[in-house]
Amino acid sequence: MLFPPSHFPSQPLRVVITGAGLITALGRGWKPNAEGFRVGRRAFRPVSLFDVSHQRVKVAAEVDLPELGSEVFPAGRLGRRQLDRLDRAGKMLLLAAQESWRQSGWQSSEPDADQLPLVLGTTSGGMLLGEAYYRQAVQQPSRQRQQATRAVQYQSQLQGRMVLDALGCSGPITVISNACASGANAIGHAWNMVRAGRAERVIAGGYDALCQLVFCGFDSLQALSPTACRPFDAQRDGLALGEGAGIVNLETLDCARRRGAEILGELIGYSTSIDLHHLTQPQPNGNTTVTVMQQACAKAGVTPEEIDYLNAHGTGTVLNDSSEAAAISTWAGRHAATLPVSSTKAGIGHLLGGAGAVEAVVCLMALREQWVPPQTHFETPDPACKFPVVTQPHDAPLTTVLSNSFGFGGVNATLILRRWA
Amino acid sequence: MGAVSPAGWDVAAMRNALDRGQPLPVQSLARPGWDHRALRVRLVPTPIPRPEFLAHPRLRRSSPISHYAAAAALEATAGLHAQVGDEALRLGIVVCLQTGCVQYTCRFYEETLKNPATASPLFFPETVYAAPTSHVATLLENVVVACTLVGDSSAYIQGVALASEWLADRHVDACLIIGAEETNWIIPDALLHLDRKAIVAAGAGALCLCRDGTLSSGVELAAITDAHSFTSGRSRPLAAKTMREQLGKCAPGELLADGLGNNPRTDGAEQVAWSDWTGARISPKRIFGEGMMAAAAWQFILACDAVARGQYTAANISLVGANQQALGARVIAGQ
Repeated sequence: MLFPPSHFPSQPLRVVITGAGLITALGRGWKPNAEGFRVGRRAFRPVSLFDVSHQRVKVAAEVDLPELGSEVFPAGRLGRRQLDRLDRAGKMLLLAAQESWRQSGWQSSEPDADQLPLVLGTTSGGMLLGEAYYRQAVQQPSRQRQQATRAVQYQSQLQGRMVLDALGCSGPITVISNACASGANAIGHAWNMVRAGRAERVIAGGYDALCQLVFCGFDSLQALSPTACRPFDAQRDGLALGEGAGIVNLETLDCARRRGAEILGELIGYSTSIDLHHLTQPQPNGNTTVTVMQQACAKAGVTPEEIDYLNAHGTGTVLNDSSEAAAISTWAGRHAATLPVSSTKAGIGHLLGGAGAVEAVVCLMALREQWVPPQTHFETPDPACKFPVVTQPHDAPLTTVLSNSFGFGGVNATLILRRWA
Repeated sequence: MGAVSPAGWDVAAMRNALDRGQPLPVQSLARPGWDHRALRVRLVPTPIPRPEFLAHPRLRRSSPISHYAAAAALEATAGLHAQVGDEALRLGIVVCLQTGCVQYTCRFYEETLKNPATASPLFFPETVYAAPTSHVATLLENVVVACTLVGDSSAYIQGVALASEWLADRHVDACLIIGAEETNWIIPDALLHLDRKAIVAAGAGALCLCRDGTLSSGVELAAITDAHSFTSGRSRPLAAKTMREQLGKCAPGELLADGLGNNPRTDGAEQVAWSDWTGARISPKRIFGEGMMAAAAWQFILACDAVARGQYTAANISLVGANQQALGARVIAGQ
């Protein structure tokens, strides 16, 4: 029963990550992404998915999606028809989930595989199908072909169901849609579940695909950069959109040890809060952001001085970056002067509901391989930044890293990860 | 508790409509480009006079779904504010949506298709699922944590479970769980493909959970079942049956608030699961329509309302969602 809870552990349980999967414009899977993030590769190109000829901005970080077939998923789990119903977002989600599942070594034959929670963050789910529904309904009103399928499959919970089917398991599906904090919130919610003993294992992450409505939306707000996405640069002029998915498999430390699993890292802190300042603009001095970072550190039992690298939300918009810079400076105090900060959105764009989850996986890579992801194309630091922005690839001994995610509507989320050695 | 429904802008209007037992009148919506296809809906009546809170800067240009959610939230927290005062209260809100902000989404996409260069920047932020949550949080002011959940109607009970976790963790003193939907032509048009008998409804419902029993309206959350998802390994009927089994047998003086509409095909799983129920039963969708997440909230609220008024000693709420999972909950008269 979800309520009342059957038992509380006397101490919060330690939560480790044993599987991670991601797909971004840098590539599919750990290796190409790690190689790309390590050197600060940028993956933007002209948008090919829809017409952008009338937009101010014409580039984004598109993913090269492989054809999905039985070489990707175990034969018989998903049929051809099921795969055909998936849109880009669903396909990216499946690929990331499959990679994470394989890496974790979890098996569908295990006893709790019929009650394995799945927590997803997304802002638009299967919006590409929703757009197709709308276009056909308006442009060919009497034509009904495929409309029923679109009406069902655009819903993000169906994409979650497809993941469980593909992995051969069942369990409660939770879909969080806190705008661009969704992916971090999903992982944080899963962390809370495992830590409190409500589940021993959880699959969590975030995903979103590029779609015309959202691209045009950000362009209409003049939030997209007409030049290049340069978070924290004094000359920054907007964000760049991307697409992708990031998934992690979380479990208790005891469970991982019992299985003899390879532990990729430990998730030690999470907090979330809401900024009531404005629907689309953060509080200028970043007060709520300071609070969420402080709370996450308190839960992790670490001080700002113990954070070795900070993966910023860093969208590249004037307002977000100045607010976040102020918050980081306040939160870190004197430590800010030596705290390496970067935003990986400079390389793969803003993945919206997928951002927080993909960036958590990037942090995991950095911890595992001991490097700091740089952001290239950075020229003039914003005077509000009291911290060094990482601009050159370099190795570094990282033990504890922090990742920020903020969303339209004001939900903020901070995750803290620790190296497993 | 708070509610906005096709019956009106408070719980009393909804309760009265349920007591009358007659399905509410149906309106027609025009479908762009296809005059012959009349779409049947139950809309929320225009409030007269216009509520003062709609003059709040956040709500002036927002979508109707935010208005409904805000009205339900204010009604649900009215007693709480009166007894506790704003300063002392740390509030959480969970907003649950299935189709979300469809009016501005369609308007913005329509403009995008006509000419993206002139699409209105005012519309786009209101298309985001999290927009109503943000507006309601700003209106209530003392919100410290918020979350927007998306899913089929069963996600409303997941929202209640999340709120109970925040309360148990002492993260908040009280937590609102809001289910809300608005509609335009595209929702009944889409639903025609899936359930031709359903009549789409709009509105919202809000439930306020708090730890302090002295603030209670006389109802206590007793149980929430596991979430039984529908997957290739577990059919919808099996999920409904398992959920029902977790809620136990019917006892005298208990109520069942179910999610039955008027379609044997879509109702079948839930009907079979509860075929042994011999007690009193309400089926709000048959009166108000298919309000998706709002309907889930109405079910929960009407069950709580009946227990709070002393009509029943306990109530079970059954939510067998359309395509995600089955969840149930049980409320009892407070001590």
